[in-house]
Amino acid sequence: MALATRTDRRPSLPRTVWDSTVGKKTVMAVSGLIMLLYLVAHMIGNLKIFFGPGDFNHYAHWLRTLGAPVMRWEWTLWVVRVGLVAAVVAHAVSAYQLSRRDIRARPSKYVHNKPRASYATRTMRWGGIILGLFIVWHILDLTTGTVHPGGYEHLHPYQNVIDTFSTWYGNVIYITAVVALGFHVRHGFWSAAQTLGVGNATRDRALKTCANGLALLLTAGFASVPIGVMTGVVS
Amino acid sequence: MNDFVEYTTGEPVVDTKAPEGPVAERWDTRRFEAKLVNPANRRKHTVIVVGTGLAGGSAGATLAEQGYHVVQFCYQDSPRRAHSIAAQGGINAAKNYRNDGDSVYRLFYDTVKGGDFRARESNVHRLAQISVNIIDQCVAQGVPFAREYGGLLDTRSFGGVQVSRTFYARGQTGQQLLLGAYQALSKEIAAGNVELHPRTEMLDVVVVDGRARGIVARDLVTGRIDTYFADAVVLASGGYGNVFYLSTNAMNSNATAVWRAHRRGAYFANPCFTQIHPTCIPRTGDHQSKLTLMSESLRNDGRIWVPKAKGDTRPAAEIPEDERDYYLERIYPSFGNLVPRDIASRAAKNVCDEGRGVGPGGQGVYLDFADAIARMGRKAVEAKYGNLFDMYQRITDEDPYRVPMRIYPAVHYTMGGLWVDYDLQTTVPGLFAIGEANFSDHGANRLGASALMQGLADGYFVLPSTINDYLARNPHQDEVDDEHPAVREVVAETEDRLNLLLAVDGDRTPDSFHRELGELMWEFCGMARTDSGLRKALERIPQIREEFWRRIKVPGSGEEFNQSLEKANRIVDYLELAELMCLDALHRAESCGGHFREESQTPDGEAERRDEEFSYAAAWEFAGTGTAPVLHKEDLVFEYVHPTQRSYA
Amino acid sequence: MKLTLRVWRQQNSDADGAMSTYEVDGISADMSFLEMLDTLNEELIVKGEDPVAFDHDCREGICGACSLVINGDAHGPERTTTCQLHMRSFEDGDTIDVEPWRAAAFPVIKDLVVDRSAFDRIIQSGGYISAPTGSAPEAHATPVPKPDADFAFEHAECIGCGACVAACPNGSAMLFTSAKVNHLNVLPQGAPERETRVLDMVTQMDAEGFGGCTLTGECATACPKGIPLPSIAAMNKEWLRATRKARR
Repeated sequence: MALATRTDRRPSLPRTVWDSTVGKKTVMAVSGLIMLLYLVAHMIGNLKIFFGPGDFNHYAHWLRTLGAPVMRWEWTLWVVRVGLVAAVVAHAVSAYQLSRRDIRARPSKYVHNKPRASYATRTMRWGGIILGLFIVWHILDLTTGTVHPGGYEHLHPYQNVIDTFSTWYGNVIYITAVVALGFHVRHGFWSAAQTLGVGNATRDRALKTCANGLALLLTAGFASVPIGVMTGVVS
Repeated sequence: MNDFVEYTTGEPVVDTKAPEGPVAERWDTRRFEAKLVNPANRRKHTVIVVGTGLAGGSAGATLAEQGYHVVQFCYQDSPRRAHSIAAQGGINAAKNYRNDGDSVYRLFYDTVKGGDFRARESNVHRLAQISVNIIDQCVAQGVPFAREYGGLLDTRSFGGVQVSRTFYARGQTGQQLLLGAYQALSKEIAAGNVELHPRTEMLDVVVVDGRARGIVARDLVTGRIDTYFADAVVLASGGYGNVFYLSTNAMNSNATAVWRAHRRGAYFANPCFTQIHPTCIPRTGDHQSKLTLMSESLRNDGRIWVPKAKGDTRPAAEIPEDERDYYLERIYPSFGNLVPRDIASRAAKNVCDEGRGVGPGGQGVYLDFADAIARMGRKAVEAKYGNLFDMYQRITDEDPYRVPMRIYPAVHYTMGGLWVDYDLQTTVPGLFAIGEANFSDHGANRLGASALMQGLADGYFVLPSTINDYLARNPHQDEVDDEHPAVREVVAETEDRLNLLLAVDGDRTPDSFHRELGELMWEFCGMARTDSGLRKALERIPQIREEFWRRIKVPGSGEEFNQSLEKANRIVDYLELAELMCLDALHRAESCGGHFREESQTPDGEAERRDEEFSYAAAWEFAGTGTAPVLHKEDLVFEYVHPTQRSYA
Repeated sequence: MKLTLRVWRQQNSDADGAMSTYEVDGISADMSFLEMLDTLNEELIVKGEDPVAFDHDCREGICGACSLVINGDAHGPERTTTCQLHMRSFEDGDTIDVEPWRAAAFPVIKDLVVDRSAFDRIIQSGGYISAPTGSAPEAHATPVPKPDADFAFEHAECIGCGACVAACPNGSAMLFTSAKVNHLNVLPQGAPERETRVLDMVTQMDAEGFGGCTLTGECATACPKGIPLPSIAAMNKEWLRATRKARR
C-alpha cells in the first residue's frame, strides 16, 4: 500500500549501457583499451624498422599470414581491422555524444574563468579529434598509398616509411599525432581504469604511474621511427 | 506601577490524554486506548507536516508509510538542510550495551532531574522507553554510527550522567540522523505518498470551527500565497532561539509557525525556558551574524580561567599563573570545569560583567589546554579534539594548541514551546507540535544528546501513534476551500501583513531591528534575569515594535524571491514572542534550570527552585497583541522522581 | 578592508543576468564571507536597492545551503564552505568575483540562488534504505566491520551543496551520486537494494541533465567535506556489477 512496489520493467543490458553516461564511458574505456593493446603491438612492430628492410618487410608479410594455416592470406589482418574500426567508431560516437551532453550540462561559463578546470577534458577532446584525422591520413598514406609522397609500393613498407618521413609535413603530422597520443593515453588509461571501477585510494598512484609510463613508451616508441629516418639511422 | 502588559490567570490546563497507572505502562495503555484508522481509510486523510528536521522528517516519512497522504513543507531548498543537521554530540538511548547499569528508568530519572523537575514524568518515561527503538530504526536506515572493531556500536558518556549511553557519528550525529530521516522521506516522496513543498514558508494556521484544517504558506520563489487543507496539521518547525538574534540556530530558523499557531489559540508553554550553551566561539564584532557551538566535551580536559585583574589586556601567555583565576575550580571545587551548562554559562557571564573578560569587547573566557597538552601530549589532545581545534582555528585564526581558546555562552535551545498533551496535540484540536516546537520533555533544562532523541521519538513513534486517535474520532470533516469565511480571513490577514511591511518604506533594515531586539533580550532575558531588568525589557519591546512598524524598510515586491520580506515578517513575530518570554520570566519568580532569577538563589549563589509556588508548566493563551495574555497552569506531579535542590560546590 | 565586488545579478530565472560592481568598506578580517555580503546588503537596503540574494542557513558549514563561486572557485579559495570562509583570505583592495553555481541542472532562481532540487530527485530515485518505521531489527543484530562503517561514514558526510557540480567543467553530479551510493551500498543493511539503487540513481542523474565524468578531479578538489575522487570509481564498479546482477 504505502510502500512502492517496482512494476516497471528494466531495459535490456545493451540499452542500459548505451543510455547511461556511465555505460557509455564503459564503452569508451573498453574500446580505448582495445586500441591501446593494438597500439602497443603496433609500436613494437614498428621498431623492427631498425633491423633493416629485410626484417621489416618480412614482418609486414608475416602479418598477412598470421593464423595460417587456419586463416588464409590477410584474413587475420582483416579481422583485426574490422575489430579496430568497430572500436574506433564506438569510441568516437560515445565521445561525441558524451561531449555534446557535457557541453549542454554547462551552458554558461563562469565570468571569472579558471582555465585549469577544463585542461584534461580539452586535451581529451582536441587530442581525440587530432588522432581521428591522423588515422585517416595515416591509412591513406601507408596502407592505401593514396596520399603517399613517393612511389607507394604495396608490401614494401620500409621504403614507404622512409619516403613519408623524408617530407617535412610527414614528420610534423606524425610527431604531432604521437604526442597527442601520449597525452590522450595518459589521461585515457587512468580514466578508463576509473570507469571500470579498478581505481581506489591505494591503487590510484600506481595507476597514474602506469598511465604515464604507457604514454611515454608509446610516444617515444612511435616517434623513434621518424626521428630515425630524419637522423639517418634508418635509410 | 507597570507600563507593560499584565497577565490574567485562567483555568488550569489539564493533560486529559495522559493515562493513569504505573509510569512504565502508560504508553502501552495509551496506545491501546487510542482509536485506530483502518488502513484502507488512511489514504483518505491528508496530514500537513511543517518542517523537515528530525521530528518533521521522521513524522512525514512514518505517516506516509502508514498510508496517510502527507503534504510537507520546508522553507529551505531541500528537506536535508533543516537545522537538526548541525547537532554535533550524539543521541541518548537506554540500550545498556556497556553493561554499566543503565536502564530505561535511569534515563527517565536523569532526564526529569536534569530538567530541574519541570517536565512531565509520563512524557519523559515514554521518551526513555522509545529511545532504544530509535537506535534500531536508525541503524536499519543505514545511519553510520561510530563502531568498535568488533563491528558493534560505540557509545560515549555525555553531560553529567554517569553511564555511557550516547550514540554518535563523529561530531556529526545530527547530520547523519537527519539524512536518515530525509532519505526515508525521499523514499515516500518518490512513492507519491508525500507531496513536498520546499522553499515554502508557513505563515498561518487555518482554523475552521475550532479545528486546525490547514495552513497558509508563501512560495518563497514566486511569492505566491497559497492555502493547503488537511485533516490535521503537525508543526515541526523547531525552536525560537533566534529571538536573541545571535544564537547557534540557523539564520532562517524562526518562530513564525509556532507563534501564528499561538495566535490562533494554541497555548504557549514556558517560553522563558531557554538553554544557554557555555562553550561557543565568542563574537568578534557588530558584524557577527550567528554563533558557533564548540562541543561541550572540551570541558573534560580544558581549564577555564580569566585574569584576576580587571581590564588586563596582556596576551594569555604573559599572565603569570598566580594572576589567573580558574573561577569554576575555585567556586565549585568538587565539579570544577564540569559543572552543568547553566552554571558554567552564568559564571562566565559574571566574570565578564566584572570586567575580567578576555578578547575583543571583553566577552570571553579562556579555555586552556596547556595543562592537558603537558599532561597527555599534543598527539593525544589532537586525537581527541583535533576536529574541534581545526574548526576553532578556521573561525578565529588562532591556534588553540598555542593560545588558549576563547569561549563565551550563547543561546542554543529552547525548552519552551507550544503546549501539548500526552498525544502531542496542542490546545487547538487537530494541531500537533513535535520536536523542539513543543515544550514537552525537557522541563527547564535539556540534557546533552537529548534533543535528537526527543525529535526522533516524537516523529517516528509518538505522533504516528497518537494522531490516529484524533483522525479516527474525526473521520468525516466538512470540506473546506478558499471560499470559507475563516480561510478568507486568514489569507487576507497574511496578505495585509506582508503588504504593510512593503508599504512602510522607512529607513531601517530588518536586521537592525532584529539585532536591537536580540541585544535587549540577551541583556534582560538571557543568562540571569531580574525583576527590574525584565520590566525594563517589557517596557522597551512595545516601543521597538511601534518603531518597527513606522521605520521598517523592505525593498522589492511580494511577488518575487524576496529575502528581506521573509526576514521582516519573521521579526514581526519575534517582537511579540519576546514580550511573552519576558513576561513568563518575570512571572516565574524562581530559578530553575536555564531560567535563573537573581532574586531566587541560595546563599552561595546557586539557583533556588520554589516548588511550592512554581511546580507547574505555564501555558499562555494569546489575547491580542499588546493585550494581557491569560496564564493557564498545568500542575506537575512527581510520583517517581522526587524534587531535590541541586548542588555542585 | 576595502573591497570591490563584482556580483552576478539576475532578477529571476527568465531574466538575463550580468555582473554588477559594488564597493564595500570597513570589512574586518574576522568577518565570514557571508557577513561581508550582509554588510553590503544592509547598505543596499537603506539605499532602497535590491539586496543580493544568496542561499545560506546554518553558517556552520554543515547544512550545505551556501553556494557561491568566488573568483572562479566553488566556495572560494579555501577548502571549506562559503559560510566558513573568512575575509582574512583576501587582501585590502582586492576585486572579488561572486557568481552562482553554473550548471544546466541548477537553474538560477535569483542572483546567486540556484535550484538544486535535482539532487533531491536523485536521492528519491534510490538513495535510501527501505526500512519502514517499526520494522527495524535490534541494532546489534548485524555487526558492521569498522572499516566498512568508516567507509560509509566518509561518504555520508556529503552535505549536498553542489560544489562538485559547480566546479566540474561538465556539470557532472557523479561525486554527489557516488557518495550516497557508496555510503549505503557498503552497509549490510543496504545490500537488498544494492543493485537497483545504483542503477536507478545513475539513471535519474542522467535524466536531470548533469554531464558525464571525465575524471578532471575538480569536484573532489572543491568538495568542502573531502569526498574523495575514488568514490566515483567505486560507484562505477557498483554500477557495472549491478548491470550484470540486477534481477530483471
